[in-house]
Amino acid sequence: MTGQQIVIKNARIIDPAQGLDQKVDALIEGGRIARIDPGLGIPGDGRKVIEAGDRWLLPGLIDIHVHLREPGHEYKEDLASGLAAAAAGGFTSVLAMPNTSPPVDRAELIGSLLSKAKGLKGARLYQSAAMTRGLKGEELTEYNELKLAGAVAVTDDGRWVTDSAVMRRVLCYAQVCGLLPITHAQEGALSKDGQIHEGRVSTRLGLRGFPAEAESIAVYRDLALARLTDTPIHVCHVSSELSLELIRKFKSLGVRVTCETAPHYLHLTDEDVAGYDTDKKMNPPLRAKADQKALREAVKDGTIDLIATDHAPHSVLEKECEFMEAAFGVIGLETALSLTYELIQDLGLGPAKLVELLSLNPAKILGIPGGTLAPGSPADLTLFDPDHNGPYDVNTSKSKSRNSPFKGRNLKGKAVLTMVGGEIVFDAQEPTI
Amino acid sequence: MAYEHLSWPKDLIDLDQFTAEHLLAILDSAENFKEVSEREIKKVPTLRGKLVVLFFHENSTRTRLSFEVAAKRLSADTIALSASGSSMSKGETLLDTARNIMAMNPDALVIRHSASGAPLFLGERLACPVLNAGDGAHAHPTQALLDLMTIRQKLGRIDGLKVAIIGDIAHSRVARSNMIGLRTLGASVSVCGPPSMMVMGLREEYGVSVHSRPEPALEGADAVIMLRIQLERQSGRLFPGAREYASVYGLNAERLALAKPGCLLLHPGPVNQGVELTPEVYDCPQSVILEQVTNGVAIRMALLYLLVDNSERRNPAAAA
Repeated sequence: MTGQQIVIKNARIIDPAQGLDQKVDALIEGGRIARIDPGLGIPGDGRKVIEAGDRWLLPGLIDIHVHLREPGHEYKEDLASGLAAAAAGGFTSVLAMPNTSPPVDRAELIGSLLSKAKGLKGARLYQSAAMTRGLKGEELTEYNELKLAGAVAVTDDGRWVTDSAVMRRVLCYAQVCGLLPITHAQEGALSKDGQIHEGRVSTRLGLRGFPAEAESIAVYRDLALARLTDTPIHVCHVSSELSLELIRKFKSLGVRVTCETAPHYLHLTDEDVAGYDTDKKMNPPLRAKADQKALREAVKDGTIDLIATDHAPHSVLEKECEFMEAAFGVIGLETALSLTYELIQDLGLGPAKLVELLSLNPAKILGIPGGTLAPGSPADLTLFDPDHNGPYDVNTSKSKSRNSPFKGRNLKGKAVLTMVGGEIVFDAQEPTI
Repeated sequence: MAYEHLSWPKDLIDLDQFTAEHLLAILDSAENFKEVSEREIKKVPTLRGKLVVLFFHENSTRTRLSFEVAAKRLSADTIALSASGSSMSKGETLLDTARNIMAMNPDALVIRHSASGAPLFLGERLACPVLNAGDGAHAHPTQALLDLMTIRQKLGRIDGLKVAIIGDIAHSRVARSNMIGLRTLGASVSVCGPPSMMVMGLREEYGVSVHSRPEPALEGADAVIMLRIQLERQSGRLFPGAREYASVYGLNAERLALAKPGCLLLHPGPVNQGVELTPEVYDCPQSVILEQVTNGVAIRMALLYLLVDNSERRNPAAAA
């Protein structure tokens, strides 16, 4: 299959790493990009031909923040459903978080997840490992063993390492082993029992709030430690204005900090939670309008390096209940591309920015292949139809869960074909493959 | 009855569902029902053959009793479910409970729940009217209505009055529903409590003035609503102690004198005497705390009648 030659004809390639935004033909051979021809002269004879018909050819999208729930909560999602959902959303690689049951804090588990994923049709799996044993924030896991088993990042996502001395060691040791440390920045005491953003809406609904400052305080601690240790750090799902100010400041000081936000923080605010919609409950929570505005500004000025979904599937058992009992998290793999496309249009940015946010920067920051379709690169690619326009039907999702905050929302543009290593893993015309 | 042109929602969730005209209609109707409680035979056949389920997931003596008396005076049958006595204590979810209640085909469900939003959740899933008897820190509309009724009885109006609400505003569903009801009927409202018991955005969200000391809130007030401080729950953490609370926020004769002469004193009960109120203030002539209890039954009769009747008019087939 990967040996087959494939020609994608008449596609508008968007590849900022090569400085390309033009009509091309692309030849795929041996699972890699063999040639990109702006002269549109690659013949189809004897090859499989995909007529792109003006659709956009993007380097495959990379989501560095997903929860695939395996092992332990396969009723919410598993590798097969999660990687298929990723492919349907145009993603060719995802980074799975380690807060499973048991947590991914041992090399054997990394190995078994990666080898299982190899046999599945869908996006490529990259795995992050627990930053500390059992995600407890106390003892470091064996970073070198984890790296050798295939881990690319360490994180205690869902929890913040509260002990600053432990976090200092994490940053130093992660750098030695070549693992990206990803911090879920949120101070625990201020956010204890929080349900939604602390503000007018939490007051009106009578729900306990998390102040945005719980995030900013933790962001400051982590950035100060990265500066102290002169190590890189990645801050996941940034949600608030003050946190962005801090990140901007530390970037200007030369600290190697990168950060992401998620589409829901860019498109929704705490006002959308009125009515106690548990599909809009996540951690960190949807913030105020001013935060949303600051996030959009930070996408524009590059303070936010990339967009990741924080895809967090939950079943109706965790969502169709009292708001304060409901689990945190929303699914997002199949809506992120459309929402980011809409965002760059809102912000007056070009299509290159779309690729930077969803492919090029994630590849660079995680240090994995992809992010470009330069000849010799793996044929991980996404064909995007910018003219699609229609409501999102969550029941068509390949995820096992339905907890999307964008149910029924109109979406512009969508992935119509996704290829990983030269193999078609999603085709909108044959949605059952 | 007058006000027949008004349309009513299926459920009673909070007072923000209503216009001033709706609120006055409820108060007028409650005045009529109050007369029933003063008769020799305190019962009317209005809801005969109807089933009212009283689902109290959180402990409550007064509100449950008040709803039960109200339903019985309307001749309805009542069933009481409480969290400890039902399968909720065996891990049944709210959704399961809702489905089971639905299967009994009740004519109204009264719910008290510790989770904000639980009545809305049930209202969206049950065909019958759902009446909120207090949910988390969100809303307690019948309490606010009985407060409005009591104030109007004593002072003849709500419009133009100045009302102070003092205590743990952050955790108080009574304060939230009262702010909405009082503002809708044209009163000006000042709220006051220790900063650790206040929440953001009260001024913007409810149009009230916010104070951290009680004196400016009480100044010139026509009525003051003192809230219960949940000593057993949080005062140890949110405030140094009961004595400290009483010394800064407790209502004594000296502070009450800042209000208008004859200022009404309300409290949703049960009162921590010596904390929110000194005993002398509790027993003063302006204290209407027991009238509140009497009016509570009338308000709940009015609402049960209004919503069950409304539901029948919406679904005439179901009523037949």
